[in-house]
Amino acid sequence: MQNNTAMPTFPRRLVQHGAVRPDKPAFREKYLGIWQTWTWRDVNAEVRALACGLAAIGFQRGMNLAIIGDNRPRLYWAMLAAQSLGGVPVPLYQDAPAADMAYVLQDAHIQYAIVEDQEQVDKLLELKSLYPHVAHIAYDDERGMRHYHQPELISFAGLQALGREYDRDHPGFFEAAVEAGRGLDSAVILYTSGTTGKPKGVCQSHTALLAAGEGGVAFDQLTDDEDILSYLPMAWVGDCLFSLAQAMVAGFTVNCPESGDTVMIDMREIGPTCYFAPPRVFENMLTSVMIRMEDASSIKRRIFSHFMDVARRCGAQILDGKPVSLLDRLSYQLGNVLVYGPLKNVLGLSRVRVAYTAGAAIGPDLFRFYRSIGVNLKQLYGSTETCAYVCLQPDGNIKFDSVGLPAPGVEVKLAANGEVLVKSPATMSGYYHRPEATAEVIDADGYFHTGDAGVFDSEGHLKIIDRAADVGKMNCGAIFAPNYIENKLKFFPFIKEVVAFGHGRDQVCAFINIDIEAVGNWSERRGIAYAGYTDLAARAETYGLIRDCIEQVNAELAADPLMDRTQVHRFLVLHKELDPDDDELTRTRKVRRKFIAEKYAVLIAALYEGKTSQFIETQVKFEDGRTGSTSADLQIWTSKTWPALGLAA
Amino acid sequence: MLMNEPDVHFGTERKTGPVILDLKNISLSFGGVKALTDISFDVKQHEIRAIIGPNGAGKSSMLNVINGVYRPQQGEIIYRGEHRRGMDCYEAAKSGIARTFQNIALFKGMTVLDNIMTGRNLKMKSNFLLQALYWGPARREEIEHRKKAEEIIDFLEIQAIRKTPVGRLPYGLQKRVELGRALVAEPEILLLDEPMAGMNVEEKQDMCRFILDVNDQLGTTIVLIEHDMGVVMDISDRVVVLDYGRKIGDGTPDEVRSNQDVINAYLGVAH
Repeated sequence: MQNNTAMPTFPRRLVQHGAVRPDKPAFREKYLGIWQTWTWRDVNAEVRALACGLAAIGFQRGMNLAIIGDNRPRLYWAMLAAQSLGGVPVPLYQDAPAADMAYVLQDAHIQYAIVEDQEQVDKLLELKSLYPHVAHIAYDDERGMRHYHQPELISFAGLQALGREYDRDHPGFFEAAVEAGRGLDSAVILYTSGTTGKPKGVCQSHTALLAAGEGGVAFDQLTDDEDILSYLPMAWVGDCLFSLAQAMVAGFTVNCPESGDTVMIDMREIGPTCYFAPPRVFENMLTSVMIRMEDASSIKRRIFSHFMDVARRCGAQILDGKPVSLLDRLSYQLGNVLVYGPLKNVLGLSRVRVAYTAGAAIGPDLFRFYRSIGVNLKQLYGSTETCAYVCLQPDGNIKFDSVGLPAPGVEVKLAANGEVLVKSPATMSGYYHRPEATAEVIDADGYFHTGDAGVFDSEGHLKIIDRAADVGKMNCGAIFAPNYIENKLKFFPFIKEVVAFGHGRDQVCAFINIDIEAVGNWSERRGIAYAGYTDLAARAETYGLIRDCIEQVNAELAADPLMDRTQVHRFLVLHKELDPDDDELTRTRKVRRKFIAEKYAVLIAALYEGKTSQFIETQVKFEDGRTGSTSADLQIWTSKTWPALGLAA
Repeated sequence: MLMNEPDVHFGTERKTGPVILDLKNISLSFGGVKALTDISFDVKQHEIRAIIGPNGAGKSSMLNVINGVYRPQQGEIIYRGEHRRGMDCYEAAKSGIARTFQNIALFKGMTVLDNIMTGRNLKMKSNFLLQALYWGPARREEIEHRKKAEEIIDFLEIQAIRKTPVGRLPYGLQKRVELGRALVAEPEILLLDEPMAGMNVEEKQDMCRFILDVNDQLGTTIVLIEHDMGVVMDISDRVVVLDYGRKIGDGTPDEVRSNQDVINAYLGVAH
C-alpha cells in the first residue's frame, strides 16, 4: 500500500503532460468549420476550473459523475475533472432513450451529470419524476436552453466560472485533491452492453486502465505525435482505451469530429495516424468505394481492377516485409501512385500507421483488402472487463483468422470447455456493487472468464470461435457455433445481420437481415423497383440473392469436418431491421438471441414446421420514443445443402 | 409517466412586440384579374404569422407584395413606421426582409456554403477588386461573413453537406439550405413560402423545430404560407385566411378554426 501514492493516476498524468509538453495539442474540435486546438497547458487549466466547479456544487470523493453525449473535448475533460476529485466518471450511451438510461442512473447512484446538449438534458428531466436524485446537470451546448430554468441546471461555462472562483478562495485545494488519488481507485465505470441480462458496471482502476494504455502504446510504438479521431461512443471500452488511456499515456492528440454525420469528412481533414473502428465501418468504406467504382468510366475501372489484383498478389507481403519479386514490387509502387495512394487519401487513411478493428469478427476479404493497399490493419480482442487488452497482432505476423499473441503482461489459457481465461494487470477490479457477479467471472487465481470459446493455433495465436454460452449441440451431437455461421454469412455485403438457430434441433435455420444499401443498389442495377425496406426484403429476387449466399456458405461448411452438420437448411428474410431501440440488438449491435427467440417464436416454429410462409406483426420503437407496428407475410425458403463429408470419412 | 414532456414551453411564453409591418387596404390586379382585394393585416415584432387559404387565394402574391416583387395598385405598407406604396426588391432585402421560395431557387451547381454566402451579398462593403485580391479589409470582411455563414450552418445542423453541391441534395435538405441563405442575411422579417411542401413527416418536424428556433433564438419575425393545417395551427401565433383574393378571417389559430367563413372556404358549402 505504501508505494500506492506514487502510482500514476489520470489526473497526475495530466499534470505531467502539462509540464512536459505544455504546447503540444491535446484536443482538437471542429467548431464553425475551423479546427480549434487546446494544448496540454490549456487542458490542465480547463480541467482544473471544471473540477473546482464540481467541488463548489458539492461533488465529492467517491461520487459518480454521469457523462452523456457525443465525443466532445469538454466531456473528456469532465471525466478528468471527476477523477481529479477522486470521483468516478460513468459514460452512458448517448443515443439510448431515457428509459434505458434510467437503469444506469439508478444503479450507479448518479447525482451529478455533465451532458452535451438539450437532447440529453430533456432525457434527464424526463426521468426526474421517477429518479429525483439527479440533482445537478451541467450542459455543454447552450443552444435551445434559454427557456430552461430548472434549479438543477447549470451551463458548462457557468460551472467553470464557479470553479475559478472556488479555486481562488481555496488555494491548494485542487493539488491536494489530485494528490489524494490512489492508483487502485476506480478511474471509470463502464456499463456492459447487457447481451445477457441487465447491464453491469465494470470498475476499472487507474492502474488497470493505464496498464492497458501503456501496453498498447509500447507494443505499437505510439508517440505524442499521433493523431486519433474520437467518434465511437464514449461509453464503449474501445474509446476509453484509445481516447483516454492511450492518449494520457502517450500524450498524443485526440480529435473530435464536428458531428456524427461529418466523421468521414473530418477524418480526411485530420488524417489520423492511429485509427480504430469496428469492422462495420471498414466495410461501409469499402462498399462506398466499390459502388463509386462501378459508376466510374471503363478505363478507370480497368486500372482499378488491374492494380487491385497486384495488391491482392503482393500488397500484404510487402506490408509484412516479406520477400517479393522485383516486378511485383515495381507494379505495386506504380499502383501506389495511381490507385492505392489516392484511395487512401479519399478514405482519410493516408497517414495511418496502425489501424485497429474490434467488437466483431472481420471478414477475411475485407481484412486483406485494407492490408493489401498498405493499411496496417490489426484485430484487437477483449472485453470491457479486460480493457480490450488481451491479445495483440505483432507487425509482420498477422493472420486474419486469429486475434494474435497474448499481449505483454497478459496470461491467456483455455478452460476445459474451450473458454478463454485471462489474467492481466488490466482486468477490472470488479462489477460496481456486485461482489457475487464479480466472483462468478473472476476465479480465485485471478483469471477472468471471458465467456468466449477459443483455440490456440500451432504458433500460439489465439482464435476465437464463438461465445462459450452460445455454443450449443445439435440433436445429432454436432457442435453448433451460431456466431461462426452468422459471421460467414455477414461477410457478404448483402447481409447485414443473421440469427442462426440449431441448438437442440435437427437442422440449422436462420433469420436474415438484408443490407438495404447493398441490396437496394443491386436491385436498382437490375431495374427492380421497390417501395421500401419491407418490400425489398420480401421480393423473390432478394430471396434468390440471399439463397446464393447461403449456399456458398453451406459449401464451405460442408468442407469443414467440425462444422459440416451445421449447414443452413431453411431461412427467411426479416421484414424489419433488427434494432437496439427494439431491444433486439445491444447498443454495440450484438444480437440478443434469447430476446429474439422469444419475440419471433412464431417465425422459428414456422421454420421448423416446414411452412412456406408466416404472418407476423411486430412493435417498433422510433428514435423519439414513440411506438408503431409493422406487419408482413414472410416467405420461407429452403437452401441447398451438401452431404456431410465428415460423417462419410 | 415516463413519456412526460419536460416542463418547457415554446410559444406560450413568447412575447410579441409592437406592430412592425402594417398592410393597409392592399389591392393588386393583373389586367382584369384581381389577385388581392382590399386586404389589411399587421405583423407584430417577434411573432409567427401564417397566411393560409385554398390554391389561388393570393397567398404568394401577398408575400410578393411584402418583399417588393409586385407593387400594389392601391393601399400602403407601413414597415417600421415608414409609409410606402411598394418598394423594390433590393430595398426590401436591404431593410431586413428575407424570403424563401415555393419552388426552391438555389444555385444548383454551387456548394451549400457558397449558396449561403450569397445571402451575405448585400452586406459586403469592400470593393470588387479588393475582394478578388482577398486583401486587407476585404479579407477581414470575408472572414466575418464566413463566420456568420458557419453559425447558420451550425444552427441548421448541415455541417456534413457544407461542401456538397446543392443539386446533389435531397429536397428536404435543399429547403433547409434555402432557409439558411435567407437567415444569413440576418433579416428582421423572414417570409417563408410553403417551407414544408413536399416533405415527409420527419422532415416537416425538423423544419418546424428550425422555424421555432429561428423565431425564438434569433428573434426573427416570421410570415409563412403553409398548407399543412396541423403545422400552421401548432406553430403560429396568429393566422390570416385569404380566399379569392379577399381576407375572410384573421386571429389566433383557435379563432380561425371556429370561423364559419373559413370552414366554408375550406370544406365548401351547400347552396
